Amino acid sequence: MTRLSAFARFWYDFIVGDDWRVAVGVGAGIALTAALASAGLSAWWLMPVVVVATLFASLWRATGRRA
Amino acid sequence: MTSDIFLFLSAFLASAVEMVEALTIVLAVGVTRGWRSPLLGVGAALLALGVLVGLLGPSISAIPIDTLRVIVGALLLVFGLQWLRKAILRASGYKALHDEQAAYAKEREEALRAGRDVRAGMDWYSFTVTFKGVFLEGLEVAFIVITFGAARTHGVALAAAAAAAALLVVVVAGVLVHAPLSRVPENALKFTVGLLLTTFGTFWSAEGAGASWPGDDAALPAILAVLALASLLAVRALRDRQGAPAGARA
Repeated sequence: MTRLSAFARFWYDFIVGDDWRVAVGVGAGIALTAALASAGLSAWWLMPVVVVATLFASLWRATGRRA
Repeated sequence: MTSDIFLFLSAFLASAVEMVEALTIVLAVGVTRGWRSPLLGVGAALLALGVLVGLLGPSISAIPIDTLRVIVGALLLVFGLQWLRKAILRASGYKALHDEQAAYAKEREEALRAGRDVRAGMDWYSFTVTFKGVFLEGLEVAFIVITFGAARTHGVALAAAAAAAALLVVVVAGVLVHAPLSRVPENALKFTVGLLLTTFGTFWSAEGAGASWPGDDAALPAILAVLALASLLAVRALRDRQGAPAGARA
């Protein structure tokens, strides 16, 4: 492994961690919130829902493999 | 005011947890091989972390606040959800709890086995191991201090003060006990930190994306309560799922 790829790997592990789908879920939640807000609709409720759903999905994936 | 208290508490607890783990490494090396080189390693790591915060903190603040809140919120959410996910898995028995005594014994054994490479009066094994340990554990603290600092006025100062207070508490406890702080309920602390980081991440990312929270800062305790309830339900459901395994509880 080159130093550059090791450096990139370190930061990926440090920020994204074990489940990249969590980062994707967070990004999708922010994009949807921005879309709702720019359409003039109430958007504050969306992120908590997305965060809980993303967390549960990640936990179930992690434990489903070993249950 | 509410968010300042939450911010201080988050930075303090996150720093304390990371510093307990760093203390274990420093103690193991210091007790085994002498104190001069490990303490120089600790000093060099703290200096490097201080430079990192000093350089990145002000430059990040130059980004427009709404853009910054989305970036910081997203980073804190991804980071906080990592902490929370691991803490839930540990509390429900799917992942082993971190054992400071075992980590201490392993570090001591490695320090005993390592050869002595003394140049310019420095034991380079001790210096490198403590530098790396303190720097890597402290990097998470620096990340939290910078992101908190970027998203609100005087945030860096507040988060840095919380980190300094945690450093003081852990160092004093370490000097008094002169052993790894194995009685610290690490997973409960990590659970709390994960909840607080995720709460701030949720709040700032939604605000940066254009949403307005009912009650503004007063929404923070409500978000925290929802996330705490969901997390406790997850722990309970996971324990039920595998028949409440023994040995690992928050």
